Amino acid sequence: MIHSLFLINASGDIFLEKHWKSVVSRSVCDYFFEAQERATEPENVPPVIPTPHHYLISVLRHHIYFVAVIQSEVPPLFVIEFLHRVVDTFQDYFGVCTEAAIKDNVVVVYELLEEMLDNGFPLATESNILKELIKPPTILRTMVNTITGSTNVGEQLPTGQLSVVPWRRTGVKYTNNEAYFDVVEEIDAIIDKSGSTITAEIQGVIDACVKLTGMPDLTLSFMNPRLLDDVSFHPCVRFKRWEAERILSFIPPDGNFRLLSYHVSSQNLVAIPVYVKHNITFREGSSQGRFDLTLGPKQTMGKAVESVLVSSQLPRGVLNANLNPSQGTYTFDPVTKLLTWDVGKINPQKLPSLKGTMSLQAGASKPDENPTINIQFKIQQMAISGLKVNRLDMYGEKYKPFKGIKYMTKAGKFQVRT
Amino acid sequence: MSTGVSYNDQGGAEAAVEAGQESTPTSSSTGAAFGLFSADFKKNEDLKEMLESNKESLKLEAMKRIVGLIAKGKSASELFPAVVKNVASKNIELKKLVYVYLVRYAEKQQDLALLSISTFQRALKDPNQFIRASALRVLSSIRVPIIVPIMMLAIKEAAADLSPYVRKTSAHAIQKLYSLDPDQKEQLIEVIEKLLKDKSTLVAGSVVMAFEEVCPDRIDLIHKNYRKLCNLLVDVEEWGQVVIISMLTRYARTQFTSPWTEVRGAEFDENKAFYDSDSEEKKDQTEAKPYVMDPDHRLLLRNTKPLLQSRNTAVVMAVAQLYWHLAPKHEVSIVTKSLVRLLRSHREVQYIVLQNIATMSIQRKGMFEPFIKSFYVRSTDATHIKTLKLEILTNLANEANISTILREFQTYVKSQDKAFAAATIQAIGRCATNISEVTDTCLNGLVLLLSNRDETVVAESIVVIKKLLQTQPTQHGDIIKHMAKLFDNVTVPMARASILWLMGEYCEKVPKIAPDVLRKMAKTFTAEEDIVKLQTVNLAAKLYLTNSKQTKLLTQYILNLGKYDQNYDIRDRTRFIRQLIVPNEKSGALSKYARRILLAPKPAPGLESAFKDRDRYQLGTLSHSLNLKATGYQELPDWPAVAPDQSVRNVEIVEPCPCVCTESGSESEEESSEDSEKTSSDSGKSSSGSEKSSSESESDQKKKKKTKKAPQKKSKPAGDRYTEIPAVCHSLKHCLFSQNDSKKPTFRTSGISLFYMSFQVTTSSFGPLKTYELLHHMTGKGLSAKYHFPRQPCLFQPSMVAVQVILTNSSDHALEEIHIGDQSPASLNIHCFNTIERLEPGASVTVSMGIDFSDSTQAANFQLCTKEDQFSVSIQPAVGELLMASTMTEQDFCKEQGKLQGMNETSATITMATANASRQAINKQVLSVANVGEVPSSQNNFSRFAGQTVSSRALVLVSLELSESSGALLTINTEKSVMASMLLQDLKQAFAQA
Repeated sequence: MIHSLFLINASGDIFLEKHWKSVVSRSVCDYFFEAQERATEPENVPPVIPTPHHYLISVLRHHIYFVAVIQSEVPPLFVIEFLHRVVDTFQDYFGVCTEAAIKDNVVVVYELLEEMLDNGFPLATESNILKELIKPPTILRTMVNTITGSTNVGEQLPTGQLSVVPWRRTGVKYTNNEAYFDVVEEIDAIIDKSGSTITAEIQGVIDACVKLTGMPDLTLSFMNPRLLDDVSFHPCVRFKRWEAERILSFIPPDGNFRLLSYHVSSQNLVAIPVYVKHNITFREGSSQGRFDLTLGPKQTMGKAVESVLVSSQLPRGVLNANLNPSQGTYTFDPVTKLLTWDVGKINPQKLPSLKGTMSLQAGASKPDENPTINIQFKIQQMAISGLKVNRLDMYGEKYKPFKGIKYMTKAGKFQVRT
Repeated sequence: MSTGVSYNDQGGAEAAVEAGQESTPTSSSTGAAFGLFSADFKKNEDLKEMLESNKESLKLEAMKRIVGLIAKGKSASELFPAVVKNVASKNIELKKLVYVYLVRYAEKQQDLALLSISTFQRALKDPNQFIRASALRVLSSIRVPIIVPIMMLAIKEAAADLSPYVRKTSAHAIQKLYSLDPDQKEQLIEVIEKLLKDKSTLVAGSVVMAFEEVCPDRIDLIHKNYRKLCNLLVDVEEWGQVVIISMLTRYARTQFTSPWTEVRGAEFDENKAFYDSDSEEKKDQTEAKPYVMDPDHRLLLRNTKPLLQSRNTAVVMAVAQLYWHLAPKHEVSIVTKSLVRLLRSHREVQYIVLQNIATMSIQRKGMFEPFIKSFYVRSTDATHIKTLKLEILTNLANEANISTILREFQTYVKSQDKAFAAATIQAIGRCATNISEVTDTCLNGLVLLLSNRDETVVAESIVVIKKLLQTQPTQHGDIIKHMAKLFDNVTVPMARASILWLMGEYCEKVPKIAPDVLRKMAKTFTAEEDIVKLQTVNLAAKLYLTNSKQTKLLTQYILNLGKYDQNYDIRDRTRFIRQLIVPNEKSGALSKYARRILLAPKPAPGLESAFKDRDRYQLGTLSHSLNLKATGYQELPDWPAVAPDQSVRNVEIVEPCPCVCTESGSESEEESSEDSEKTSSDSGKSSSGSEKSSSESESDQKKKKKTKKAPQKKSKPAGDRYTEIPAVCHSLKHCLFSQNDSKKPTFRTSGISLFYMSFQVTTSSFGPLKTYELLHHMTGKGLSAKYHFPRQPCLFQPSMVAVQVILTNSSDHALEEIHIGDQSPASLNIHCFNTIERLEPGASVTVSMGIDFSDSTQAANFQLCTKEDQFSVSIQPAVGELLMASTMTEQDFCKEQGKLQGMNETSATITMATANASRQAINKQVLSVANVGEVPSSQNNFSRFAGQTVSSRALVLVSLELSESSGALLTINTEKSVMASMLLQDLKQAFAQA
């Protein structure tokens, strides 16, 4: 399936290549560079590029293109999903997935890639199994290795690959047994000029960090499971129990993992926790424009809206912005025309505002479109959809684990058109 | 594979690459030290020295640097001899890195690579499954044609390996060997056929992949495995799921009839199935209904549905395309929500999913209409995502939502991304032609855009207006005039050409303006783009025909200019037009018709989606994404008009196997008669029941009824039960009977990785299932419990024996909080089942426990508690249940037996009932007593069985030598002499019985 993989950095250098079948010359990437040149933005490079003998499927993450070379028909999502899984694994192993991190750990990267694919077909992609095969590099281990001459490659064989629960390694032991669950919801919304919601949907995930000894069998139940009608699960979740009882029952992987993600669609009513009052005007013929923005909370159930960050791509004609924030700081990059305003926390008594003027290119005509405003924010201890975990029970092991649950609401792709 | 040649000749060029002083990222102090010795003319000399040193750490360091070179794409092939020496190293990391190197360069250094082969051949025989697997992996990855026979042999052997992991590796190796030497196809197909029968979820994905690569047309190999694949699907790893689903899609298209022909029929069927529980007899009379879905077809749809919940986007897409291509029309829409959910994923995923939605939305607007807002464009989307969303919005537009969509479009037109704005205008044009109500509104909006400051927007508007005007040219003279005014300011060639064409086409509507435009064009003709020139010539010709008085000279001037143009198209056109419109002696009959040719009424162009013709490709494929046929793409076959024989999928019921079939057979017979008791009666029914319930419980109760009924509807007395038992019979046949002809042991004990606790695995169900009573309902105040040993490896701990307990509530009130209380002896290690919150009267539930008996037959005592009561119960295992079957060859058996002589040997002469003398009967009796595996034997009068104790993994070897008379010598070799004597007793008893 996947023939070869090339890693290309932002400046167009191929800094790593790996072949699973016979070697494909790196000149095949020229077709990719061609497409890259044609695309104005890095994001605009088409994910699938045909060449005379091969097909190139690429993903762009952390400013690195992961280009897979394919020789014959294969579902493109198969390759894309796999490439993303590779990136996730790198991130998991090295903390970050940057060119420098990959170059520093090139041997581990190579060993990982070798295990993940056999003859181009995915073999072991589960992080728990990979970690048993190849231990992630840590500073301590690197030091120990240099002194003792031991290696990163596991002497033990990956028991998980054969077990009935391939995602969990066996023989897990902790002194403190703990299980944490984070319910994180992101609101994607488009708000129109007049402040009414055009579309809003919630994308939620439950991320877990489970450090429990042995083979615990967990069940997680919700107060209002009816909210979750569109979900996708980690393979560990017993689907039939969910179908029948709306209870999540699972033997968890060891460590961090995404238990489930769900989607509350645009057909449901979604509460929007902030509002924006804006007045952005450009006058014909004048080289000045007015900029006036005020943020305020609404429907937040008494919770504070924090870490608010407003960004907006101003029209090309804007030379500079001279603004005055009531709180926080703002920056304007005259090259990219990106305005960002780090607001911080919204105080309902004293609403944050950003007012001032923009100077425009002399003689340039008035921009057609007012800029869109992107907003990021966080609200702690609240899931905007109203989802609530009822209880978590553990079976199969005797000790009492420490259990924790956290809720958070964040802005996803939250846009206000002006 | 053959097309790859063009890129594979890198070797020569690579060697020329100056690889002088590579400083690898991993270089450490040692690296630097050796750097001193490296000379430019002898590159990598230092690495060679390191590799030849005696120190493991230096070798490892050298290999790490070499891998660094390979990763950067630099040549390190001249180090081959030095590297290959280390292939047998003890250090695992070093070995793995050498493997990486070998796989990369063996092709180029074939002779040297052969040196490593013997190491792999040895490793293929290693007792450790992972070493066997990795040896096969590397051996098959070395692309050296000479070793093809060795690979073939290794694959065949590995395909019969006990470890599913090794078998999986062999499935991968099949593809590699096939691409190396396609001549091996026939032999490989045999191996594939064998592996397809495998019941391990680990193997399923890989072997189907091999099938797709090697012999995708041998659909006949799938028949017998179809139902098994459907049932295993949920538990296969995600990548395998994708491959299996797409293969099954193709399979289903060849084997079932179309569910689309009569939509009403299908609905009817559904309603009927819903109601039919109370009217069994009526069903037969209504047999003649138009379409009944094959139960196997339904099985596939039902078993793939839960995968829509997968976290893997490729799996979700695969299921979506399966439903699109196979499901009845009214069922397809269940995939909508999942597809929309994928839109939140990464940009690349969005791109592919949107492409597929675009294709789907052309044919089935209704599917995505409720989700129209999910396709609204965000300013931060990448351009290709935006255009795809636009495409979908346009496809979804109808009378009801057009006003909302147009309002949305108005925002997009103002976008700073001009390419996107232009695409929006195209989209508006399409909406205008498709929905006649808004044509005028759109046209007016587009005319307003003509005064836009951005040229691309104006140009695009003109092109779209031109197309719109063509559909209703009558009332739009003023728009044409307006455009003529704009003509001077427009510079985009396509737009200019469009205006010129409009002038020419409707020159009678603007008789005064058209000649003036032509005059202007005559002035600038030479400086125009080709496309504009062509339209100028056209305009001139049309005006000459309608208004020759004013334009005769102008036309001739333009034709003269065109005659000497640099572009041959224009010269050609000019010559043609001149002959056509200017009558002279040479011009033939054609000029008479000039007017009719040039001014013929032209049909309006249809504005169609770019995705219109994409549906010829299977959704989700690379070909669909590129809209061109990719190498290796296989057309999705059309539905057959008449379904091929559906009995090919039946796994034949072989002569009733003594152990399970009697039990499950009768059970399922009962079941078909007393259908209502279905849920409560699954107590004793072993694997057949679980197979079915696993596939059924996922659909809701209603569906359960329906699907259960489906096969019965045909009411052929014997044949219709096949959905219920084939899995068992298949496995039985597989286990018991194939031994006779093959030397390889074909059954195994560990393998299927089902993770649902309530599941029973069919793999090891060849033994009998004896059910023991744990608690009688009289003593248990209504709660009764039975248990049996499913003979599977325990889920909880390997040293435990798996026990399944069936709890039944025979009282008249619900029992609550059933759980396990105190245990004795205190050291007893029991894995309790989860507390059962509530058991309704008449209901029963099966739960799994694990008990570590520590290889003794001491009873495990514990309390079974309900909310009110506590009952002391005990499980006393038969000694044979404390064993696990293990499989070995005859040689191994004899070898091990040799080690366990003297104290460890217990033997007795036993008398056999005559009925037990056949080998089959012996097998049956031994397996009924103990969980051991048969060892294939070359001598007829010898039967051998091998097992291990569950807790301490001590070998237990049973051998039986038949003598002339009805006597036989039974020998048991094991360290556990107590167990041996107990087992001996049990076996003796079993054989004495008739």
